Amino acid sequence: MTPGCAIVPLCVAVPLGGAFLIALLGRKVRRLPDALGFMATLAALLLSLSSVGVVRTSGIVVYAVGGWAPPIGIALVLDGLTAFVLVTVNVIAFLVAIFSIDYMERFTAKWQFYALFLLMLAGMNGVVVTGDMFNLYVFLEIAAVASYALVAFGTEKHELEAAFKYAVMGTLGSLLILLGIAMLYGATSTLNMADMGRELAAQTPDSLLLLISALFLVGFGLKAAAVPFHAWLPDAHPSAPAPISAMLSGVLIKSLGVYALARVFFNVIGMTPQVSSVLMFLGALSMVIGVFLAIGQWDLKRLLAYHSISQIGYVLLGIGLATPLGILGGLFHLFNHSVFKSLLFLNSGAVEYATGTRDLQKMGGLARRMPVTSATTLAASMSIAGIPPFNGFWSKLIIIVAAVEAGRFGYAFWAVLASLLTLASFMKVMKYAFFGVLNEDWGDVKEAPFFMKFAMCALAAICILGGLLLLPAAYEPFLNAATKVLAEGTRYATLVMSEVR
Amino acid sequence: MAVYVLCLVLFCLGVYCILAKRNIIKIIVGITIAECAVNMFFVLTAYKTGGRAPILEPGAGIPVASMVDPLPHALVLTAIVIGLATTALMVAIAMRIYAKYGTYDIAEIRELKG
Repeated sequence: MTPGCAIVPLCVAVPLGGAFLIALLGRKVRRLPDALGFMATLAALLLSLSSVGVVRTSGIVVYAVGGWAPPIGIALVLDGLTAFVLVTVNVIAFLVAIFSIDYMERFTAKWQFYALFLLMLAGMNGVVVTGDMFNLYVFLEIAAVASYALVAFGTEKHELEAAFKYAVMGTLGSLLILLGIAMLYGATSTLNMADMGRELAAQTPDSLLLLISALFLVGFGLKAAAVPFHAWLPDAHPSAPAPISAMLSGVLIKSLGVYALARVFFNVIGMTPQVSSVLMFLGALSMVIGVFLAIGQWDLKRLLAYHSISQIGYVLLGIGLATPLGILGGLFHLFNHSVFKSLLFLNSGAVEYATGTRDLQKMGGLARRMPVTSATTLAASMSIAGIPPFNGFWSKLIIIVAAVEAGRFGYAFWAVLASLLTLASFMKVMKYAFFGVLNEDWGDVKEAPFFMKFAMCALAAICILGGLLLLPAAYEPFLNAATKVLAEGTRYATLVMSEVR
Repeated sequence: MAVYVLCLVLFCLGVYCILAKRNIIKIIVGITIAECAVNMFFVLTAYKTGGRAPILEPGAGIPVASMVDPLPHALVLTAIVIGLATTALMVAIAMRIYAKYGTYDIAEIRELKG
């Protein structure tokens, strides 16, 4: 057992314990849910930040749950990729929890919101740290079931309809993943991911592996909302309360979809040219179709949800290229998209909080009444559209350069085109919502309260300074460590197994 | 082999039910059917013709190779509990939908589009 390995299970235990305490006491003590939600997410954030340091000093850390050494017991594995995704998830979760302190005052059952929110966070952290295939499924379902309930949180007509659609699609995706895991277990007689990778490497690939790959692609594709499987997302994400929309679009589709996909295909099954080309194709399809559907929307949150599909396409394209540069671009875009898309959803929440509408045609001139919201939306819009020096520019640039370097000129072209359309669509948002003549209905609209402003400003600062992550001091332990894990592919098995003994 | 094919048939029935039925309750039933099929498939991966219960008795001389694999049974138990949670949540949502829309027909519950 390496020093520092205790932080691995704590990443799951802290939010889980917070959810339990809130469910137990939240109804009785009035300010407790806010305080516990804040403290649990803060603790999870500090743990995830220290995990980067742990990975830097001791490489891969394996924690055996209950003292049963892998491959028999459940293993929690902390490596560069895990630390990277943990930081992404917990930074967003912390700021979203701060935003919720003011925003969720409109709802009656705040404690239920926080309990479900922390449960979802525990599930996501669990998916990221686990090194066991069935454990991955369990954590994935914890996060997914909590998110179904959170989408239905408003319990109005649209929320319920969206939540049902989301629950059906999500459950179908989980079933396909479980079927894939069952077949994988049948083929390897083990559940530990590293051990599985070792078994699979010893076998000759056959048609069963192809079927398993297809099941995982569809299952995780449903979770990530890549294009042919995206139908639930534009309903589900806008229907949730704004902080939850930020969590769902910002980190849930990435930790449950993209992260799990990358982990299984790169580190366990092994990346093949076929899977790589399927991923790139799905990525390009999501990128272009998502942005075309987004451009015609008038509901602000629905527009943002379609952009999530489009931006997930960039991440899939980068990772699908499977070159070190492509993986770097994909992962960096994953981080950047988490930041600017959660910021945009929080902005839409602030506008809805102040005016009560999400319809772009009814807004107008809000920049005068809500300067902070307007400025942070501008920063996020420039980021998502890829304007230098905002963070979105750097990751898109890396993905496009990687595509050109790999000789995929067609995909590079589509990436540039989708970026231009994104810019057009966000110019529309800025013009209709914030610039122009003030709509007389909003003459006495007030700026959002302090905690909401704080969360938005912090995220905007990350948007502006995100490019600095490419500087050597930050790049080595954070982005490069994560890229290396995927680029090394199935050597993951040897690395983890050598850590056990 | 026949049991695996039957499992597949059951799974396809469930998926057909999810895709083709218009009643929300029938969709939930379809999900439950598909779930059962996957769980049965998982249990079947552990099955062994003539296999016996995996109880290790010191000195009894029962070869381990004659026992069925107990791990998938434990896993399927977990999967069943997760399935129960999902079903309960979906039924709760369905009840709320009925209270709001007054119908279980998804063709009439279509306010979100675009």
